[in-house]
Amino acid sequence: MRNAFADEITKLAAEDPRIVLLSGDIGNKLFDRFKEVAPTRFFNCGVAEANMMGVAAGLALSGLRPVVYTITPFTTTRCYEQIRVDACYHSAPVVIVGTGSGLSYAELGPTHHSLEDLAILRVLPGMTVLAPCDQIELRTLLRLAFHHDGPVYMRIGKKGEPILNKELASTSITIGQAVTLRDGDHVCLIVAGPIASEAIGAAELLAAKGITARIESFHTIKPLDEKRLDRIFRRYPLVAVVEEHSRIGGLGGAIAEWRARQPSGSWAAMLSFGSDDEFMHEVGSQEYARRKYGLTADSIAEQVCAVLRQ
Amino acid sequence: MLRARIIENSHKTKTPHLGSCLSCVDILVALYFGTLRISPEDPRAPTRDRFILSKGHGAPALFHVLAEKGFYPKATMDAYGENGGVFSEHPPTPDHLPGIEAATGSLGHGLPLGLGMALAGRIHEYDYNVYALLSDGECNEGSVWESAMLAAAQKVERLAVVIDFNKWQATGRSEEVMALAPLTDKWRAFGWSTYEIDGHDLKALVEVLSRVPDGSGKPVAIVAHTTKGRGVSFMEDDNNWHYRIPTQDEVVIAKRELGVAQ
Repeated sequence: MRNAFADEITKLAAEDPRIVLLSGDIGNKLFDRFKEVAPTRFFNCGVAEANMMGVAAGLALSGLRPVVYTITPFTTTRCYEQIRVDACYHSAPVVIVGTGSGLSYAELGPTHHSLEDLAILRVLPGMTVLAPCDQIELRTLLRLAFHHDGPVYMRIGKKGEPILNKELASTSITIGQAVTLRDGDHVCLIVAGPIASEAIGAAELLAAKGITARIESFHTIKPLDEKRLDRIFRRYPLVAVVEEHSRIGGLGGAIAEWRARQPSGSWAAMLSFGSDDEFMHEVGSQEYARRKYGLTADSIAEQVCAVLRQ
Repeated sequence: MLRARIIENSHKTKTPHLGSCLSCVDILVALYFGTLRISPEDPRAPTRDRFILSKGHGAPALFHVLAEKGFYPKATMDAYGENGGVFSEHPPTPDHLPGIEAATGSLGHGLPLGLGMALAGRIHEYDYNVYALLSDGECNEGSVWESAMLAAAQKVERLAVVIDFNKWQATGRSEEVMALAPLTDKWRAFGWSTYEIDGHDLKALVEVLSRVPDGSGKPVAIVAHTTKGRGVSFMEDDNNWHYRIPTQDEVVIAKRELGVAQ
C-alpha cells in the first residue's frame, strides 16, 4: 500500500500545485519520483513529528494542501496535540497518512504497532478518519481527501496487500459511504483496512458450511455511514466488526455508539473482532499477531458460526 | 495608554497574565506600527506579513494592539471575557477574529506554524515575512527546537522569532527551571542569525525587526530583554503578576504612574 501511496501522491502532485509532501525521515527512495515531479514541494522534516504536523498546518493555512507521512504511531500518538490544536482546531486541510498500521509492523514491537489510532483520531472535532482496504480504495480516497475541506487521517498497511475488489469502479468510492465487497444472507461482516482479506477468507469458510456472509468495507470510520448501518442492523441477525485495532474505541466502538443511540427496536446481535487491551510483549509476525487476537479467517468463521448456531 | 487599557481590562474581566502582557506589548507595537506589511482593510491578503503570538497568554495585549491598528472597532473590546464572545484568555482561530493568524495558548505551537507559513511563501514565490513571538519559558518546549533545526536546514530567511526574555516563567526564574542560558548562543548554535536588544526600546525593535531577511541566508532570532510587568513599579519583575488580578486601587495607582488621566 505504501508503494501505491507514493505512486498516487506523485500523480496528484503533478496535477495539483497545492500538494506538498512532508515525510518524517522515512521512505528512503520511495519519494524519489515525487521529488523529481515537485522538487520545491517535498520536505524531509527529520525525526521531529510534532514540528512536522505544525508545519503542515501552517502550509494549509496558507492555501496549500500538505500531506504528512510517516509510520502510524509517529504521525498520531507522537504529535497528537499538534493534530488537535494546529490541524483540527484551525480546520486546516492537512492529510495525515500513517503507514504500517495495525499489526503491519508486528515484528518491530509495540512501539511500532498502532492499535489505538482510530480511537484517538475519531474523537477529534472535524477530523475525517479513513482506512482503505486495498490500493484501489487508497488511491481514490487519497484523491478525494485533497478536495475535502478539513483535516483527514488515513491509516494504510505496508506492502504487498492484495487488491480485494477488482470489479469496483474507483468512481463509485466516496468518503462516508461504505463499499459492499460481497453480498450474503446470514451474517454481515463490517471491516476496515487490509484485514478485510481475512473477512473474505472467513466468508469462504462459512460458505462451505452453508452460511452466506455479506461484507462491507467501512473505509470511512468517521463520518460513519449510518444509513448503511441502519439497513444492515435491520436485515441481519448478526453483525461482526473486524478491525486490526483495539476492540476499544475503533470501528467496533463507533458502531456500538451509533447502535446505543438508536431508538429501541429489533437490532442485530454484534460481535467485535480486534486486539486485546494489552501490549504484545512476545515477538511475532503480522500473521502470528493476527492469530493471537483471533483476527484470522478461520477464527472469525468459527466464532460467527458458533453464535449463529446458538 | 495601551498599558493602562490592558491593566483596566485585567481588573474588569479578571484576566491573568498581566505581567506577561506588559513585558511584550512594546514588541507588539513595534511590529504592528513599524514593521509588518499588513492592512486591516484586507487582513487575509495572500502577500501580507504574518505575525503569530506563540506565547498565547499575551492575548490581551494583542487584542488591544489589533484594535488600535484598526482590525476591529475598539468598542468591540467592551465585550472582553463575556460568555459567547471571542476575546478569551488566548487568541481564537483566524476565522473568528480579523488580524489573528493562529490560535495559540498551548506553548510550542507558534514557531512550527510560522515555519509552515514561511515555507508556503517560498513555494508561492511571495516575499512576505513571518514573525513569531515566543516567551522564554516557551523555549522549554521541544517542538521549538525541532522547528529551529528544520528552519535552519531549509534556510528559511524570511522567518524570525522574537523571544520576550523577561527571565520568568509561570512558577519560577526561567534560568533555574530549565537552564536556559546561554539563550542567544543556543539559537546561534541551532543555525540562526541572532540579535540581542532591549525589548522595550521601540526604535531598536523596529530597526532589528525590519532587517528580516538580514542577508545571512538564515532565519533570524531576536532575543529581546524585557521586564515582566514593565511600566508599573509594583509589578515590575514581580512574578506574582503572572496570575494576580489588580484591585481598583492598584489600577488607579498604575494609571497615575503611567501618566494616564483617570
